[in-house]
Amino acid sequence: MTTRRQFLKVSAAVGGGLLVGFRLGAPETAMAAEGGDDSTDAAGVFQPNAWVEMHPDGRTMLTISGSEMGQGAMTVIPMMIAEELDLPWGAFDTRFAPADEAYSNPALGAQVTGGSATVRGFYSTLREVGAATREMLMQAAANRWGVPISELRTEPGVVLHVATGRQAEYKTLVGDAAGLEPPENVFTKDRADFRIIGKPMKRLDSPQKVNGQAEFGMDVRPGNVLMASVERCPVFGGKLKSVETGKARKSANVEDVIELDHGVAVLARDWWSADQARKKLWIEWDEGELADLDDEGIDAQFREGVKKDARPARTEGRGAGALGSEENTLSATYRVPYLAHTTMEPMNATASVTDTGVTVWVPTQAPGSVQQVAAEIAGVSPEQVTVHTTFLGGGFGRRFETDFVREAVTLSKQAGRPVKVIYSRPDDVQHDFYRPAAYNELSATLGDDGMPVTWVHRIAGPSIWSRVAPGMVKDGIDPAAVEGAADHPYQIDNIAVSYANIDPGIPVGFWRSVGHSQNAYIVESFLDELARRAEIDPVEYRRRLLKADSRHIGVLERAAQMAGWGGDLPEGQAQGVALAESFGSYCAEVAQVSIENGKPRVHKVFCAIDCGIAVNPAGVERQIHSSIAYGLTAALSGQITIKNGRVQQQNFHNYPALSIDQMPEVEVSIVDSGQPPGGVGEPGLPPLAPAVVNALAVLTGKPVRSLPIKLG
Amino acid sequence: MARLTINGRSVSLEVADDMPLLWAIRDYIGLTGTKYGCGASLCGACTVHVDGKATRSCITPIASVDGSDVTTIEGLSSGGDHPVQLAWVAEDAPQCGFCQSGQIMQAAALLADNPDPSDEEIDKAMKGNLCRCGTYNQIRAAIKHAARANMAGNDGEEVSV
Repeated sequence: MTTRRQFLKVSAAVGGGLLVGFRLGAPETAMAAEGGDDSTDAAGVFQPNAWVEMHPDGRTMLTISGSEMGQGAMTVIPMMIAEELDLPWGAFDTRFAPADEAYSNPALGAQVTGGSATVRGFYSTLREVGAATREMLMQAAANRWGVPISELRTEPGVVLHVATGRQAEYKTLVGDAAGLEPPENVFTKDRADFRIIGKPMKRLDSPQKVNGQAEFGMDVRPGNVLMASVERCPVFGGKLKSVETGKARKSANVEDVIELDHGVAVLARDWWSADQARKKLWIEWDEGELADLDDEGIDAQFREGVKKDARPARTEGRGAGALGSEENTLSATYRVPYLAHTTMEPMNATASVTDTGVTVWVPTQAPGSVQQVAAEIAGVSPEQVTVHTTFLGGGFGRRFETDFVREAVTLSKQAGRPVKVIYSRPDDVQHDFYRPAAYNELSATLGDDGMPVTWVHRIAGPSIWSRVAPGMVKDGIDPAAVEGAADHPYQIDNIAVSYANIDPGIPVGFWRSVGHSQNAYIVESFLDELARRAEIDPVEYRRRLLKADSRHIGVLERAAQMAGWGGDLPEGQAQGVALAESFGSYCAEVAQVSIENGKPRVHKVFCAIDCGIAVNPAGVERQIHSSIAYGLTAALSGQITIKNGRVQQQNFHNYPALSIDQMPEVEVSIVDSGQPPGGVGEPGLPPLAPAVVNALAVLTGKPVRSLPIKLG
Repeated sequence: MARLTINGRSVSLEVADDMPLLWAIRDYIGLTGTKYGCGASLCGACTVHVDGKATRSCITPIASVDGSDVTTIEGLSSGGDHPVQLAWVAEDAPQCGFCQSGQIMQAAALLADNPDPSDEEIDKAMKGNLCRCGTYNQIRAAIKHAARANMAGNDGEEVSV
């Protein structure tokens, strides 16, 4: 982000627009991998940057520099380009970007889709892309008409010279524009002049997602492909010791059986035959060090770790030393479990390794990592690896990983043919990179006014960054483990938040909203415990602890207002509130809940989000619905349990997902702070679980101190 | 060997009797709109119509549909213009889209039986079709949209009077 800022030297605001330095990745590198579009004479094609390709016949191709996993990248990326390019909405085709550094997300520094960063990362870049492209078309018109560019303006798809009434459609200018240098500086529009940004736009991918034509990774089928089902060691870290493959090899349609370090792959003409034959393998495993690990052992490691290994993540005032007398101090232990992602499309990858390189077709959030991994396994250079990112049948962080790519490339290399690996649903549940479990000890001392004067929060749990990028862990603190806990916005004189990095060995990874997914639950639930002890309304309690006029207060008050907070509710229902800042956005939710047949029933969720400028308000609303459904699934039933080093859940019968009859009504309000865009794909999730449990506590009088929720 | 009609086309398949219809459709017939999500009739992503009835193809042995008329998402309409498909687009229902073939096939079967389902009837018919993106409120709206369109013989857009 810093490097980007360095060259985005904002020089001057002129004519209401923003003048910025302009420089973008080399398009020739970017497009070479895709082979460009050879249906038109390349000479006439205007390709001013890595995102836009305009043809003299009027066709425009926009490259989608983020994976489409349901969050709407394929719609919102063109919105940002088309706004500044003054491109008529919908008058373009799209393609997914190849693996190329040109498409690195400026907020993340890598070609990765995640961290709710597609809009907030690309907001400046893509508007500059559009603006620069538009300016080149205007320059082409200015040259043709012999008038200064300052006398020209555009309407969607057309350059106009108002004084003489001359106009030229973009397509008549692309040939000339192709010969021009990109401008040094470009003007981007004032918000008041937006025609597309800020308007609720329907998704561009819906038509192909309702007729079966959208191509997901699972649907790619190169010629001569073999379908693979892989038996992996059920114990994490275990290895293959020996295998008897005779019966599997003789099974119908089976073409090959290949031994891997961690498992055995059966390759067949169709996936079902491979999966059936897999059951006929006789395997002996070296189960490794985790063969005796279970939930009790994991919890014991956490409990010991929090005492011995906790390192300070945040200290304010006198920290834990300021804890007061027992009667004024409330203490609680909160626990959250490991969680699987269960994207609707199970993990899969298709690879073809040949003498000249590798082609990978894969639903991925990280095409650059795919390219690196494939190159390493195949023994070729990254430039020899072509990555085709397909539609993703859900991502939620699981598709940052490349375990399925490793298998597909390894197997294709050995089989000498294209290979598609598909995880069965049990494979997908049992071989995930899980949302970390966490153990939390909290204590708070209240002053005479009932407000906290001291807040102590000790966390023990595994660290994601220790595996993914150890450099992110500083002084023992994994920022992802403490986000939302160490940096909560409540103004309390004495604060001590600490973290013990305890890794029981279960693989952990990014899961929608990452550390916020558990920490908002813990902080916001414990805060409600304090408010109940103080007999102060939870909205009022938060208001007193927050900075006046903060964006936190803005969403808190909006959500309370939407919900009619404090008003009459149907018999047996209660409301709970929670607030969280994550991924550059501020989100408050009020959940309206009852208990039916001993189980929580969430009737309605009111959500106020301040995500800065909402580029596609329809997309924002959908992502809030989505985060609420994903968070509610976890709160009601999400739990991976470990016995003998193995995951005990297999499929949706014992790792359930929310169904339509459990989906609450959702009302979304976007608080317009006018700030630059924040994230949207995740911020709706963290406040959901605490809002629900805080409502339940009103009904039962008891806090819910572990997830998933168990009443009674 | 099984013979069946799929999307109006007769096919005969030389595959094991117990091969699930899903994998015959995907890996032998080559239609990939029908999705694998669980393999155990727990998620509904594989829903197709067998003789007009919504059926989980992942647990339906191919031999059991010998002689049947099977419709997949690709055969629901010729141009993606079945009222349910149009309603799904109008209500902006899909997100990742992976479950939507199954959702649409389930919803189309529901509306064929019950042209104006209540919320409870929608819940009952649709609760076996999981969506991890949480598009349920849009799915509900789309089903009602399609019901209005069917009954009014138009595009189902709500008319304010």
